[in-house]
Amino acid sequence: MSCRELVNLVNEYLEGGLESDDRARFEAHLEECEGCVNYLNQMRATINLVGRLTEESVPVPAIDKLMTAFRNWKAT
Amino acid sequence: MRTHPKPDISDVSEVAEIDGGSTPPRAEEELLEALRRGDEASFAALIQMHHTMLLRIARMYLRDQSVAEDVVQETWLGFLESLDRFEGRASIKTWIYRILVNTAKKRLRRDGRSIPFSSLGDRLDGPAEPSVDPDRFRGPEDKWPHHWLNAPADWSGLPENRLVSNETVGVAERAIDSLAPAQREVITLRDIEGWTSDEVCNVLGITDTNQRVLLHRARSKVRRELEKYFDETESA
Repeated sequence: MSCRELVNLVNEYLEGGLESDDRARFEAHLEECEGCVNYLNQMRATINLVGRLTEESVPVPAIDKLMTAFRNWKAT
Repeated sequence: MRTHPKPDISDVSEVAEIDGGSTPPRAEEELLEALRRGDEASFAALIQMHHTMLLRIARMYLRDQSVAEDVVQETWLGFLESLDRFEGRASIKTWIYRILVNTAKKRLRRDGRSIPFSSLGDRLDGPAEPSVDPDRFRGPEDKWPHHWLNAPADWSGLPENRLVSNETVGVAERAIDSLAPAQREVITLRDIEGWTSDEVCNVLGITDTNQRVLLHRARSKVRRELEKYFDETESA
């Protein structure tokens, strides 16, 4: 497996989608290639970072409006 | 997925059979019962759980904040209206997001705008960029063909406060904003919201293969932007 091939399989690897043969070739390549280990770790760091883009809580006026809608719905 | 789905929420039944559903069936049933009897705390909790994310997705397509807010409001109303005929074959989450997608499509059509939803055929939206610039690899004639010429750096060498600083998170956010809509949709649901691939495929009406390709492209692009940012700021 070349590095160029590996970068295209990184996501499949992380998703657990590689067949066992490919997975073995992928991991064998990592044993010998620091650049690809870095690449894989960069991808993990990227996913982790994107996961930090979480939500703030819902603003009170929006909740009030929806709760009113809920009470109206209940009343019908 | 049909090319011209009806805008009404009856579309939701399409996904019922294949739904994965992440909340245990028992808890879902109890939540449904509580909502049907008009339990306000349950509805408030449901809003907290989904509202901001619904807004984020609505904004991907409608862009205009106030229109997106309208659509989310309409989504919740549509959800309440459909509560009595909801049979619990899909998860509540899937149900709500399906209503959002249909409501947003309806709104786009009403405003005479094109519909960028990934489920409408333009699934791979955007050019197929390579995961990594081909110039960074050795050529086919090289002693080490297609191996790194310019290998990626070890980010673990970066100070922890740089790797997760607000500025860095901002770079990731802008990278996501710049993605083709279908890619943005998938990375948002998978990596920000933590949905499973089944849930994403189900709600967006795409195949697992599509979902993986979109996620791969999206994550690769965000990584590239982060790398560019670290390279620029490290060498500065």
